[in-house]
Amino acid sequence: MGKTLFDKIWESHVVVEKPNNPSLIYIDRHLVHEVTSPQAFDGLRMNNRKVRRPDLTLATMDHNVPTNDRSLPILDQTSAIQIKTLEKNCKDFGITLFDINSPNQGIVHVIGPQLGITLPGSTIVCGDSHTSTHGAFGALALGIGTSDVEHVLASQTMWLEKPKPFEIRVEGKRKNPHAVTAKDIVLSIIKKIGTGGGTGTVIEYRGEGIEDLSMEQRMTICNMSIEAGARAGLIAPDEKTFDYLRGRKYTPKNYESLVEEWRERLKTDGDATFEKQFTLHIDDIAPQVSWGTNPEMTCDVTESVPSPDDFSKGDPNQKKGAEKALDYMDLKPGTPIEHIQIDRVFIGSCTNARLEDLIEASKIVKGQKISPNVRAMVVPGSQMVKKQAEEMGLDKIFIDANFEWREAGCSMCLGMNPDILSPGERCASTSNRNFEGRQGTGGRTHLVSPVMAAAAAINGHFVDVRKLDLS
Amino acid sequence: MEPFKNISSIITPLDKVNVDTDQIVPKQFLKLVQKSGFGKFLFFNWRYDEAENKKSDFVLNDSKYDGSKILVSGDNFGCGSSREHAVWALKDYGFSVIIAPSFADIFFSNCFKNGLLPISLDEKTVDILQKETDPISIDLEKQTIKTSTQEIHFDIDSHMRKILLEGLDDIAQTFQYEDKITEFEKNSKIPSVL
Repeated sequence: MGKTLFDKIWESHVVVEKPNNPSLIYIDRHLVHEVTSPQAFDGLRMNNRKVRRPDLTLATMDHNVPTNDRSLPILDQTSAIQIKTLEKNCKDFGITLFDINSPNQGIVHVIGPQLGITLPGSTIVCGDSHTSTHGAFGALALGIGTSDVEHVLASQTMWLEKPKPFEIRVEGKRKNPHAVTAKDIVLSIIKKIGTGGGTGTVIEYRGEGIEDLSMEQRMTICNMSIEAGARAGLIAPDEKTFDYLRGRKYTPKNYESLVEEWRERLKTDGDATFEKQFTLHIDDIAPQVSWGTNPEMTCDVTESVPSPDDFSKGDPNQKKGAEKALDYMDLKPGTPIEHIQIDRVFIGSCTNARLEDLIEASKIVKGQKISPNVRAMVVPGSQMVKKQAEEMGLDKIFIDANFEWREAGCSMCLGMNPDILSPGERCASTSNRNFEGRQGTGGRTHLVSPVMAAAAAINGHFVDVRKLDLS
Repeated sequence: MEPFKNISSIITPLDKVNVDTDQIVPKQFLKLVQKSGFGKFLFFNWRYDEAENKKSDFVLNDSKYDGSKILVSGDNFGCGSSREHAVWALKDYGFSVIIAPSFADIFFSNCFKNGLLPISLDEKTVDILQKETDPISIDLEKQTIKTSTQEIHFDIDSHMRKILLEGLDDIAQTFQYEDKITEFEKNSKIPSVL
C-alpha cells in the first residue's frame, strides 16, 4: 500500500519503535526562543547535562522584545531578565543566537525559512505551537512544551505517539486572489472543521488551491493548523519550495543533490490512504472576519454576527460558548460585519508579517490616511523582512498613512511586550488567535488577512476588499 | 518527578468548552524563568477583575471547592499555545487530575511530564461528574474513578501510565538508547545547520 508524505517523513526519523508505545523520533532542527526555554536549560544544569547537538540548534528572541527603538534599554525588567537569560544560556551551551541587535533577528517561524534552516523532509521542533508554519516546506514541524525542549536539547530526540494523517483538499481557483487570501482559505477551513477538528492528526494540504499559493502564503496556511488542533500541517514540496530555499544563508552545500532526492520521495503516493478527509472549494469564498473568541467563530465579511443558536446548530456547549464570546466581544447578533467599528489595527505575527503580506497591504494603504479613530501598526516578522520592505519603500507608504512602522517581533499577537490592547479596545489583527485577552486583558480581536486589516485601518470599520482595486 | 498517588477529592466543575492555555495562564505571567509559583496566576483573568479583586462568579473563588484536586471541564481542554506554564499552574494550584471529553495534543503531552493526569471520558459521563458533589476517588493503577454511586473505567496509554506511576525521568530513559541515536546520526542525510 502507498504511503502518505507524513508516513515517509515519520519512518525516516524513527530511532526506537515499540508496539503500542510512543516512538522515539530524531529531530533535525531545534529552534529556541526566550519564553519557553529558561526552565529547560535549568533542567540541563541541574542534571549536569549538555546540549547534544548545538549545531542543529538555533535561538532568537521574539516573544517579548520591544518593537520600538532598539538602542533604548528594555524597560520591563522581567522581559529584560528573560532576554539576558537566553543570552547566557546560549553562551553557556554553545548555541548560535540571533540576538536583539542581529540583522537575522525575528519571529522564529519567519527567520527559519528565510535563513534556509527549514528543509523539506526534515523534523523541526520549537517550544511554540506555531512551529506548524514550517510544514509549508514539507517538513514535519511540531510545537512542543518546555519539558520536550529540554529533552530535545539533551538527546536531539523526542517521544511521540504517531499522529494520524488527515487530508485537506483545497480545490478550485479564487476569482480575486489579491482580495481572498491564504488567510481566508485557512479560516474557512477552521470555521468548518472546528478548533478541535485536527486533534491527533497531521494535516496534509493538497489540491490546486494549495499548489497555486506562493511559499509565503503556504506558510500562512500551515501556521494555523494548530488553530484546528492539529499536531502539524504539511504541504508537499515542489519547485516553488526548492527555489525559495536555494542560496539562503544556511542552505546546505549539497542542496541540489538533496533536492533531487526530495523531488522523488517527498510526496504522497497515489494509492495512499488518509484517516480523515475534508475538501474546501474556494471558487466563491469571501474574505473572512472572526467575530468570537476562538478562530472557529468566523464568518464572511458580507455576513452578520450570528446568533448563538445559528452558530451552535443545536450543540448546547457551543451555544454557551457563543453567548459568552458575544458578551466578551460586545457584539449583538445580526450586526453586519462591515458595520463593526475598530480602534486598532495590527499587521504582524508569524501568520502574516512576511514581505508579500506587507506588499499586499501597502497597495490598499498607498496614498491614503488611516481613519482618525484608529491607531495602526505594522510589525515586520523579521529584521530581514523589515529591511527588504524598506528597500521597496513600503515603510514610507505606511508611515505616510499614519501607521507606526516597528522593529521585528511577535508584538501584539500575544502582547508579551508593551504592544497591547487596552481593555475594551477592538482590533483588526492579522495574527492567529482571538482568545479572550490574548492581545491585552479585555481587548477584542478580529482575525483578518493583511489586506482586510489595511482596509479596516483606512475606513475605521471592516470592508469587503473585493470592492477595492487591488491590481 | 514525584510518582502519582491515588487521590480522593471533591471535583471543581469548570463548565466551558475550548478552554485555551491563554486563559489557563495569561501571557503577562510567562516572563518568569522558573517553573514554580504559577498557581497564583491560574485562570487569572477569570479569577480577578481589573482591580485584582476576586470575581465572585468564578468557580475557583467559591470556597466550597478549596482543596479540590480534580478539575472537570469541557471539550478540547488546553487548546492553543504550547506553554507548559499552563500545566505548571494547574499543578501548583493543587490539581492532580483534569477530566474532560477531549484534550488538545500539546497540552495532553505536557501533563505527563509534570505528574498531572489528564483523563478523557465521554461527554455524558463528564456531564454527570460535573454535578458530583461528594468526593470521588481516582486509582491510576486500576484505571478507575469511584463516585458515591458508581465505578467508571478510564483508558490511558500504558506507557504514559507507567511514567506517572513511577515518576520517571524521561531524559534518563531516553539515554538508554544512546547507541541507537548515535547510529541514526551516522546515517542521517539531513546536514547540520552550521
